[in-house]
Amino acid sequence: MLAEHLRTKQREREILLMTHIVMGYPSFEDSLRVVEAMVEAGVEIMELQIPFSEPIADGPVILHANQRSLQAGSSVEKCLEFGEEVAKRFDIPFLLMSYYNILFKYGVDAFTKRMAEAGLAGAIVPDLPPEEADEYLAAMAAHDLSPVFILSPRTTDERMAQISKVTQGLVYCVARKGVTGQETSFSDELDGYLTRCRAATDLPLALGFGVKDRADVDFLRGRADLAVIGTQTIRVVEEEGVEGVKPFIEGLRPPRSS
Amino acid sequence: MAEPGYYGQFGGSFIPEILVATFEELVLAFEEAKADPEFWNTYKKLMGSYSCRPTPLTYAENLTRHFGGARIYIKREDLNHTGAHKANNVMGQGLLVKRMGKGRVIAETGAGQHGVATATMAAKFGFDCTIYMGEVDVQRQRPNVFWMERLGATVVPVTEGTRTLKDAINEAFRDWVSAMDDTHYVLGTACGPHPFPEMVTWFQSIIGQEARRQVLEETGRLPARVYACVGGGSNAMGIFSGFLEDDVELVGVEAGGRGLETGAHAARLASSDASLGVAQGYKTFFLQDDDGQMKETHSVAAGLDYVGVSPILSHLKESGRVRFAAATDKEVVDALSLTIRKEGLIPALESAHGFVQAFKEAPALSHDDVIVINQSGRGDKDIFTVADAFEDPSWKQFIRDKAEEYDAG
Ligand SMILES: Cc1ncc(COP(=O)(O)O)c(C=O)c1O
Repeated sequence: MLAEHLRTKQREREILLMTHIVMGYPSFEDSLRVVEAMVEAGVEIMELQIPFSEPIADGPVILHANQRSLQAGSSVEKCLEFGEEVAKRFDIPFLLMSYYNILFKYGVDAFTKRMAEAGLAGAIVPDLPPEEADEYLAAMAAHDLSPVFILSPRTTDERMAQISKVTQGLVYCVARKGVTGQETSFSDELDGYLTRCRAATDLPLALGFGVKDRADVDFLRGRADLAVIGTQTIRVVEEEGVEGVKPFIEGLRPPRSS
Repeated sequence: MAEPGYYGQFGGSFIPEILVATFEELVLAFEEAKADPEFWNTYKKLMGSYSCRPTPLTYAENLTRHFGGARIYIKREDLNHTGAHKANNVMGQGLLVKRMGKGRVIAETGAGQHGVATATMAAKFGFDCTIYMGEVDVQRQRPNVFWMERLGATVVPVTEGTRTLKDAINEAFRDWVSAMDDTHYVLGTACGPHPFPEMVTWFQSIIGQEARRQVLEETGRLPARVYACVGGGSNAMGIFSGFLEDDVELVGVEAGGRGLETGAHAARLASSDASLGVAQGYKTFFLQDDDGQMKETHSVAAGLDYVGVSPILSHLKESGRVRFAAATDKEVVDALSLTIRKEGLIPALESAHGFVQAFKEAPALSHDDVIVINQSGRGDKDIFTVADAFEDPSWKQFIRDKAEEYDAG
């Protein structure tokens, strides 16, 4: 299972990396090259975002990538095919990330079935709180997929406990208020929040929103199990091209000792 | 009702985790206010002294004669301060913001009416104010932008997506998730996550309560039909809620744009082009493609140009309680023109959608029948769009002269 797999990986590296791409941005060919570069650079798990026209939880960079991908003709079907291709080709788990309407319109059960056939590990759906998720949870369970839920600094301890009952594989901890792609201050405040998250669940904790360099990843070592790098890789691709991805990811952690 | 915030299968609260606590707080504040009779009294008093309430119900004698059927009455929401029914919702939410102790408000706006109303409320209550408005709407409703800025609001043009109302809503949510501690999002219509559909409807129900009383006083009977335009659905829910329990036919009129067959419209309930979806925090009918991506919509009236619709109206359509129709841009301009000439009333382009359907149906009814049209707003804001539609040569010359004057000066 996903959680176990991540725990095993953690025996090799204290902090794992989860990266994110918007599929089809700037093109599916480039998306494939980015995935390849990330896997070669040692990323342990990836989020593949299916673009949506109304990504309310995403900041300007990812919002823009969503729209460009759609304008370039990406479709849900092409994204699922892409997900299947990378899941077969690369030996790391892949999570789908999208907004609920994409699953809802496809048919939640049919969508999860398709995910399972494609060899994907689970999904993150940021606009689907557990209260609205009965159908999704049942479908994910039926197809042995991990539904990854989100905790935020404003989530109460009580609610953290509830969410930890439904989330599988890992828990995604949003570092701060706001949307993706803004500055996060990696400070003691974050520390207290992560301690609360840790108390709520035994699953690996992934911390996302604003992780952008080696110093951020260093701060998270010992505090979180995974560092999530989202917006920053899109910026790297935009500024340096696909060639920039591998050195960027490799620079986030010290070289492997073994 | 099975779950709070659900109307049949529609509604709900599909929000990012970071906003859950904010919504819990809002639901609580709203429920407390609703249970407190003093709150509604304060609200009514405020609307009476600040916004010309109760607004009158006007007998449209000339139009009635012209069509020769039902007696046509017009509920005058255009007489609200700032020129539209939007004031009702905004002042109500303003009182709630005061109760919650927050100091900043944000809002989305399409036609600009909700933006102007929110900026006005913020000026009156002393709140900081930011308004998100699609770039396309900024261009077609420039006079309203001018007023929002004079009222002290920051207007942020939204350049993403279709650059209209739905994108302004997304931007407002993005702002809210980083600023919810001191900020309230004054959503402008009966859409969005729970409790907005119910809360906005509650504030707008003042229209229907008044209209019912007034039509009974005036005519001694209930209307046969009530007509309202439907963007998100707030003015429609407002007037309909006065008659839901009565034997009165309720008719919602959506934007038919260039015609339902052209695809360039915003008819979610009156056409078969929409389907069930979940976006912007709630479940309803959306104009979307097979993948679930929202489509571009079109209407001459910026305030009706929206991909979703109130979950309450979706439910009322499904249960058969409300009938839906669509009016094309051209029909709207004609109805507007006729209303101006016959009655000296200038409905907003949005409101004129309701007039179109009422005019189509009035002749077939008897003179004993009364119909009520909700004039949700006044049309002066639309002067540029209407002047274009009428291809008014002297107006164009005036704009040219004015531009020359600026260039010279
Ligand atoms: C005058 C007027 N009428 C109607 C609408 C449509 O909104 P709703 O359907 O919420 O009443 C608007 C929206 O801006 C408006 O300005």
